[in-house]
Amino acid sequence: MSQFDISKLPQGPKGFVHDLGSDQRVFKGVPWGKAMMWIFLLSDTFIFSCFLISLMTARASTVVPWPNASEVFGLTVFGTPVPLLLIAIMTFVLITSSGTMAIAVKFGYEKRRKLCAWFLVATALGGLTFVGMQAFEWSKLIFHDGVRPWYNPFGAHQFGSFFFMVTGFHGTHVSIGVIFLLIFARKTFRGDFDTGRKGYFTSMKSNYEAIEILGLYWHFVDLVWVFIFAFFYLW
Amino acid sequence: MEQNKKQEVHTHKIGIYLWIWGLLFVFSFFSYMVDYMEFQGLLRWTLIVTFMLTKAGLIMAIFMHLYWERWAIVNVLLWPMTLIGVFIAIMVSESHYTFFTRLFYFVVGS
Repeated sequence: MSQFDISKLPQGPKGFVHDLGSDQRVFKGVPWGKAMMWIFLLSDTFIFSCFLISLMTARASTVVPWPNASEVFGLTVFGTPVPLLLIAIMTFVLITSSGTMAIAVKFGYEKRRKLCAWFLVATALGGLTFVGMQAFEWSKLIFHDGVRPWYNPFGAHQFGSFFFMVTGFHGTHVSIGVIFLLIFARKTFRGDFDTGRKGYFTSMKSNYEAIEILGLYWHFVDLVWVFIFAFFYLW
Repeated sequence: MEQNKKQEVHTHKIGIYLWIWGLLFVFSFFSYMVDYMEFQGLLRWTLIVTFMLTKAGLIMAIFMHLYWERWAIVNVLLWPMTLIGVFIAIMVSESHYTFFTRLFYFVVGS
């Protein structure tokens, strides 16, 4: 890690050629955990792309009209129908939790332990709110509207399958993220990253880099929602 | 000494995160307005994709720190993601073909 000074290496395209041709580790200055998280996220990108591309294929090839998401996910507030209201609020909640996560990473690197931990807790709360609203949305569609993976009253039946598959897979990611956020908030409160306490599973010294790696995962969950919001709800 | 140097690379002023946070709010509001104002057709799709890519770019560049990473890792991540575009193009043509055959056989019969 400390054999070379990263700031003295060539930058940009020259740095790219230098790093790949250096006959050493390629990702210079990148902790292995972070590189592996990025590669995991890349593979996750492909999974979500496959879902969204099959949604596109199903929707473009069906001869039955596709349900209007704007009406299906609309809510009535004080007698006025507002389109996509719940989804819009969910989007804002997830973006907010992404913002608090970015700030937690910053405080982590500055070794401001308590601030970092509290921002992690705030992020977890945002995630929980999101999952809660998703549970509300699912139960409304299942019990009130009678949407099933094989049937829905609004139009093309594939709509139901894609809704449960895509939002369910994303919701699972959010839920797993919340669990890890809470675990890491506890570790931060305990001071694991300041004392370099050894991890329970890995037996390796804890470091605030772990918060950034967790942050990458959380921002990715937000990133995927940007695409789901655009392709499933708005298109 | 080494430790200090490494930290400077990662730490940024809190203002930049708050700015990006605000921008994400604004762009999300815009994309919601696309639906609220009931824009249709090409205008709708262009606006949706523009706001989507802007938001994705901001999240990846600033929140996920890709802007500050070395080109070696940025390129390893972004080129495979670009190839998804090729997959989309293939499936667009495939779905048009499926749609055409469905219409054709529903009308002509088998």
